[in-house]
Order: sequence, then structure tokens, then C-alpha cells
Amino acid sequence: MTAPFIQFVDVKKRFKTQEVLKGVHLSIHRGEITTIIGKSGTGKSVLLKHIIGLMHPDSGQILINGEPVHLLSREKIKAFQKKLSYMFQDNALFDSMTIYENIALPLAENSYYPKNRIREKVMNRITELGLLGTEGKYPAQLSGGMRKRVALARALVIDPEVVLFDEPTTGLDPIRKKNVHNMIKEYQEKFEFTAVIVSHDIPDIFNISQRIAMLDEGIIQFEGSKQEVLDSHSTILNAFIRGEEV
Amino acid sequence: MFIKSIEKTGEITIRLLESCGRLLIFFTTGAIHIFILPVQFAKIIDHTWFIGVKSFFVIVLTGIFTGMVLGLQGYYSLVKFGSEAGLGAAVALTLVRELGPVLTAIMVTARAGSAMAAEIGVMRISEQIDALKTMHINPVRFLFTPRLIASVISFPLLTSLFNVIGILGGYLSGSILIGINQYDYMDTVIKNVDMEDINGGFLKSLVFSLIVTTLCCYRGYYTHLFSGFGARSVSLSTTNAVVQSCIFILISDYIITYFLV
Repeated sequence: MTAPFIQFVDVKKRFKTQEVLKGVHLSIHRGEITTIIGKSGTGKSVLLKHIIGLMHPDSGQILINGEPVHLLSREKIKAFQKKLSYMFQDNALFDSMTIYENIALPLAENSYYPKNRIREKVMNRITELGLLGTEGKYPAQLSGGMRKRVALARALVIDPEVVLFDEPTTGLDPIRKKNVHNMIKEYQEKFEFTAVIVSHDIPDIFNISQRIAMLDEGIIQFEGSKQEVLDSHSTILNAFIRGEEV
Repeated sequence: MFIKSIEKTGEITIRLLESCGRLLIFFTTGAIHIFILPVQFAKIIDHTWFIGVKSFFVIVLTGIFTGMVLGLQGYYSLVKFGSEAGLGAAVALTLVRELGPVLTAIMVTARAGSAMAAEIGVMRISEQIDALKTMHINPVRFLFTPRLIASVISFPLLTSLFNVIGILGGYLSGSILIGINQYDYMDTVIKNVDMEDINGGFLKSLVFSLIVTTLCCYRGYYTHLFSGFGARSVSLSTTNAVVQSCIFILISDYIITYFLV
């Protein structure tokens, strides 16, 4: 088996008196969709924010291709972070910018791409995600499902190697949830990025995930494939899937 | 009890020092990015429009009435000493040295500073600032630097406008309504206002622009640290930004005046 692309080794994180991560061990493999499940408020988003560098562990290590992040040079960390995209739970679109400007933002602010090249890339994503005709509109003028697609288009416009999805289907009806799942699956296969999804959509999310990890009480209680989840005798995991308190 | 009060004092001191350090780093980062290419022309023009051009009518209105009040009050004070001919100089010097820069800064704080704090605060609580970081965009450069440049351009221009309109307001109440000789009014303005007075006012407006923009953007940017999350935190940050800006405008006004006179 190949070494994990991203690996958490005994990662701990505390906010004032509350210890959210109490020693997380987690492996994320290249080109796979890894889904993190768990009760609300158990630190799943905190885990994602550690990957993208919005938060740093109090102790423990995060390894990228087997190398501890804290030992990497600034340039290497920057180069790695530039391959990452993050899709926020509430989309985090810029309300005062048009849909086109929102999607173009990571390219326009970071690169010396010529304007016509940026336009070409943005329009490609807009077309692929069925957003044609919304370029001049503002996020508030779109439905929840379309805003999700805009957020996904913005995440994909930089051709990332890793995309982190923080509860990408929150607030959507079952049909749109399925659409978003299919969209993630389709684009993950098309662009071959590594995806890490924080989700509560059980069992639907299992259908698109290669690996599933369950975070509870600050540690990963279970990690494995869909089949391993279904075969598992873990009391915590099974109770969670059935929607029961342990 | 005694130890607890020492602990509390220490805690407050540490929090204050942390806040000062954060503010200094915030300002320095924003200021350094003024000189880092590419220049954010579109955003600077956009913010100059919002801070400068859109404050035009507020400044004209406050300028004219401030000048008119100064004209009236000045006349009734000077007439007691038979010096009403010096009304033009009194109005102009009061405006150019003090009231012009201070009132302009306070009005722009109320109009544009509050908007800066609220807008950036909303961006903080809706994770838009985190989104900028994930896109490898420096949020301080993106949000603060263009506003800082726009303010440095707008404040002196608005102050000049306030002064001119205020002098005309004084002329309106002093000469047109009360009847002081129009020539005397303008003559004393021209003879008594030196370049030194104008430069002092210009310096003040520059310092105020830095204070207002830094405090308002800083308060909005760190909304989550001072007031928690949610709509209430944005309103608290905005209120604090405006109150602190006004206080620091008056404190720095005194300090600059002390060194100028």
C-alpha cells in the first residue's frame, strides 16, 4: 500500500478549556474520496482547517507525503497549500461580487494569467457546472443549490489536487443533495483530485466515498472502506449510522 | 482577594498589549502592501469613490452649517471688543487649523468608517475572510490596503472642501445676513491664513485618515476576537470602531496641535 498523501499523527487541538481533538490519527490517500462523519460539534471542520493551514495543531504532526509539515520549508508549504481548495459549509461567496468575479477571484488575485485566459478558465467551469447565464448575477440572486455549484466552481477553477468539502449539502433537499454528491463524484473522477468531505448524509455519502472515518470524542473511532463500515461491529459507528445515542 | 486583583490586572494588561501588537502588525502589513505590486487600482478607485465622492454632500452640508454657526458666534463675540472686522480670519483659522480636519474625520468615520467595520465584520462571521486565506489571498492586503490608500487620498481633499465651504458659510451668515463688509471678510481671510496653517490641517487630516481606516478595518477584521460571532458582534464592532476612532481623532488632534503651535 502506498504511503498516505496526508496523515494526521496524534493531533491535538484545544480551544481555551475545551479539547476538541484529543489525538487524531487519520490517513488520506491520493486520488480518493475520504469522508469524515461524526456528531455535530466533534471537530470535523477543525480537522479540515488543519489540512488547509487555517489552524495549527497544539501537538502531534500532520505529514504530507510522509514529511512532517512543521519541518517543510515555507516554500514547500506554500506550494502544497496552493494545490488545495476549500468549499465552505455556507459557501463563503462574496456577496458584493458577481458570480463571474467570485469564481475568477483565486486566479485574478494570485496569478499573472492574462485576462482572456482567466475568462476562458472561468467560463469553462461555469459551463461545466451548468451556471451559464448567471455570470453577471450576485450570490443573493441565486438559489441555494446554484450557490453550492458556484462555490464548487470557485474551488475547482485553480485545478486543485485536493478539495476539502465542509458539509457541502447542508440545507439542500434530498434531490439536490444527490446532485451535489454526483457532481463531486463526477468531477473527482474527471479531474482526479483527492477529496476530503465532512458530511452527515448517511448512508448516501458512502456511495461516493472510498474511505470513511468517524470522529467522536476527539479521536478517530473508525477508519475504513464502505464495506468495512457495513461489516463493522463498532458500537459507536453502528449507533451513529442508525441515529441512536450510545 | 489581593492576588485575584493582581491576576485580573495582569490579564487585562496582557490582553491590552496583545491587542496593541495585533493592531500594529495589522497596520504594518497593510502599509507594506501599498508598495507590493500589482497595485490594486480598481479597488482603490472603488473605495475612493465610496469614501471620498460619496461623502461629498455630507461634508458640504456640515461644512456650510459649521461655517454659518462660526460666523454668527464669532460676530457676537467679536462685536463686544469692536473687532468684528476680523470675523473672516477667525472663521477661516478655526476651520483650517481645527474644525475642518476634525469634523471631516468624524463625519467620514460616521459614514464610511462604520461601513468599513460592518462590511469587514460580516465578511469575518460569514467565513469570507477564511475563504480568502484558503485561496492564498492575503486578506489584509485585499481588504485593508486599498481602503488605506483611498482614505489617504480622500481625507485631505474632503478637509479642503470642508474648509472652503465653511469659509463661505461664515461669509453667508457674517456678511450677507449680519452685514459685515464683504471685502473685509475675504481680505482678513486671505491676509491671515498662512501656508503653515493649511499644512497643519493637511497633516492632521492625513493622520486622521490613518487612524480611522486602521481602527475601523481592524475592528471589523477581528470582530470574532472582541465580540464573538453573529449579527450582534458586527454591530458591537461597528459601534466600538466609531467610538474609538472619534476618541483617537481628538487625542491625536491635541498632540499634533501641541507640536505645531
